[in-house]
Amino acid sequence: MRIEKCYFCSANVYPGHGTMFVRNDAKCFRFCSSKCHKNFKMKRNPRKVRWTKAFRRANGKEMVVDSTFEFEKRRNVPVRYDRELVATTLKAMERVAEIKAKREKAFWKNRMSGNAAKNARDAALNIEKHIELVQPRSGTTAAAVPNLEEKEKIREKIKVRAAGRKAMALQQLEGTNKSKTKKESRLIPSGGASMGMNVD
Amino acid sequence: MSSVAGLQRIAPVPTSSDFIDIVLNATMRKTPTVIHKNFKISRIRNFYMRKVKFTQDTFDEKLGKIISEFPVLDNLHPFLSSLLNVLYDKNHYKLALGQINTARHLISQVSKDYNRLLKFGDSLYRCKQLKKAALGRMATIMRRQKDPLAYLEQVRQHISRLPAIDPNTRTLLICGYPNVGKSSFVNKITRADVDVQPYAFTTKSLFVGHMDYKYLRWQVIDTPGVLDHPLEEMNTIEMQSITALAHLRSAVLYFMDLSEQCGYTIEAQCKLFHSIKPLFTNKPTILVINKIDIVRLADLSPENRAFVDTILSDKSVIVVEASTYSEEGVMDVRNVACDALLAHRVEQKLKGNRIELVANKIHVAVPQKRDDLERKPFIPDTVKHKVKYDKEDPNRRRLQRDEEQEMELSGMGIYSADTKKDYILADDSWKYDKIPEFLNGKNIADFIDPDIAEKLDALEREEEALEAQGFYESDESEMLDSDEEEFRDAAAQIEKKKASIKKISQEKNHLQNRPIIPRKKKHVTLSEFTTGMRKSGHDPLVLEKRAARLMEKKKEAWEAAEARDAAAEAAVEGDMDVDMDEGVVEDSSRPSKGKPIRTKSGMAVSRAPRSNRQMAGLATIGQSDKANELRDFAQRLPNRLAKASESDRHVPITRPKWMLAGKRKGGKTDRR
Repeated sequence: MRIEKCYFCSANVYPGHGTMFVRNDAKCFRFCSSKCHKNFKMKRNPRKVRWTKAFRRANGKEMVVDSTFEFEKRRNVPVRYDRELVATTLKAMERVAEIKAKREKAFWKNRMSGNAAKNARDAALNIEKHIELVQPRSGTTAAAVPNLEEKEKIREKIKVRAAGRKAMALQQLEGTNKSKTKKESRLIPSGGASMGMNVD
Repeated sequence: MSSVAGLQRIAPVPTSSDFIDIVLNATMRKTPTVIHKNFKISRIRNFYMRKVKFTQDTFDEKLGKIISEFPVLDNLHPFLSSLLNVLYDKNHYKLALGQINTARHLISQVSKDYNRLLKFGDSLYRCKQLKKAALGRMATIMRRQKDPLAYLEQVRQHISRLPAIDPNTRTLLICGYPNVGKSSFVNKITRADVDVQPYAFTTKSLFVGHMDYKYLRWQVIDTPGVLDHPLEEMNTIEMQSITALAHLRSAVLYFMDLSEQCGYTIEAQCKLFHSIKPLFTNKPTILVINKIDIVRLADLSPENRAFVDTILSDKSVIVVEASTYSEEGVMDVRNVACDALLAHRVEQKLKGNRIELVANKIHVAVPQKRDDLERKPFIPDTVKHKVKYDKEDPNRRRLQRDEEQEMELSGMGIYSADTKKDYILADDSWKYDKIPEFLNGKNIADFIDPDIAEKLDALEREEEALEAQGFYESDESEMLDSDEEEFRDAAAQIEKKKASIKKISQEKNHLQNRPIIPRKKKHVTLSEFTTGMRKSGHDPLVLEKRAARLMEKKKEAWEAAEARDAAAEAAVEGDMDVDMDEGVVEDSSRPSKGKPIRTKSGMAVSRAPRSNRQMAGLATIGQSDKANELRDFAQRLPNRLAKASESDRHVPITRPKWMLAGKRKGGKTDRR
């Protein structure tokens, strides 16, 4: 028995779950759910459907080039059972998963790195618009429960700060827009601090 | 398929009167029948001319068919043509066909004449008379063909019954004096069923049987007996044998009866052989001495032996002895004859010029030795020294089956074969390991790789290098000041609040499709109510106090009721027959069980049952819960199908009248 991958969304399909479609050329398609099966029947391309793994991989949302991927493979080479080998494999699996998670986190961070100014601007805009939603924390002021007047004061202070942040962010954004006209794919490993894995 | 190879199937020949009927009938059916004297004369003429012409055509066609279907003797295989000659007399046959042909000519002549006359017919009457005369003359001509037609019909029937002799295939031809055992021999070696009787000329015509030898098909022809007299004196029966002997390329089996039981002396039989010997030229000839269960060749007297020797002096004749009675040597005869014929046919083919076509295609490969190296077959030692398994041998290999039997005999239980026993592993103690398949949603088999340790090591080094490079270093390690923190906190708060507002709004929307219980009808617990009040800044203390008071009252009432129940039960148990007086009954909210309670007017008073019937027979709360659960479950399907209950079998009207009856102007039958 094995855990298969859904043909459409690449989710795990455990034994006894999901459906399988066998085309008349004997190719098997496994589906984790009726949703995936239906999408397949509608002849949708999983690379163009946003919620699938295939889309995320094809569009640079996820790490695809990495040495940790070399471990999990269908090798189609029969290996005679060896207790030691299985034990080391189990250990290796855990370690590889750990490293992979770490790298994925780094990848995500790298992917999101360009958004700092934009996020700051959005936050500032939010605060400007909905300042009444802000409940000043008790810890920030001297009084245990700030009264209405104090609250208003704090809100005003935050608002001013937000305006400053907005101006800063806008300036930053303008600068980046000038320097970088086209969005560069972070999928391609290039030199520098991106996913350059060719170290050794 | 023809009955005789080379002869077609012939359609039946009608008698002359039938013939006339058929043709005139066809004329009547297939030509127009309505004519009036006031029609145009050309039309009348054409009408009758057509009739005459059609009759002639039909005659022509039918007679032509007869002529073409009967075989032309000169075009047939010589054997068939002479066989037909012997059977039906060539001259007679030709004459009959010739007469038919003449009749055909005459009829066409008549039609031509009368058509010419009809062109000048000046009235319907005259035309009709001319037509009548023409058809009459045609019929007369046909009537005169009565004898030839009858003869041809007989010939046709006879031909259809002739045996299917193929003149070109491998053939064994059996001949000899009458009654020497020819037919018995054919019955022995083939599937034919020839009549065998103890008198001369039992077989009056040719018979064919088929057999298989050396995976080939052979036909065996049984001929009628031949007597030794000149060819001119021979009758039809004998002549059939002679034709077969003369024209078929075959192996000839001449049968002799040395016991003279057939009624002919050995001398006569030998003489016959010599007199028909010219027919055996170029054919393998086998002299079959039959009936050796009575007399053998060796037992013959010298003078008789001398007669036989005259035949044997010819070296090409092969002698075989056989007895169809005891079946001794029968198969030998067959084999010798077949082999001789095969050899003869091959010889004939080699003489012909077509052999080169075949010989050029044949290539015999003669492999040459490459070198002197010896290339022995490789047999592993284990195979070489393997002892053949023997059940009886006490030192035999032990099989699983032996173990199974042993276990069954000892009565230890059921044997189950151990499939893991013969695993070839580095360590035998691993054989029964439970091999894990999955870990954290991954297939372990996908990771199994003999060099995984090295690969992991490489990965670790890579990781170290990355870390040294500062790949994982966080740039957000800088400390946030309190203002920045406040700003971020405010942003987060707004985000959260907005999300919750959005969620509530969406849920509101979501609820639109569900039944909404009005707030008044909703059950609200006291604690929910009071917390709600507290939240909105009211003090629910008064309410809580009132609720507690009410509760206290209720509790008291319950306890009183309980005590009454206990007292009543005790009373009933004491005396079952004692009826309570009406006053008591009316006072009490829960009447005791017993007689039905009636008021003075006789009306039944509604009352609450003393105990819950639904709980009757259920010992514990758990059981009643279970019962409720089951009831709800049973109700699920009816609910889903919008049925009132299990017993609801109502089918709504499938074809309502108001939808289907009346004019249909707008709308359809499914909605109007």
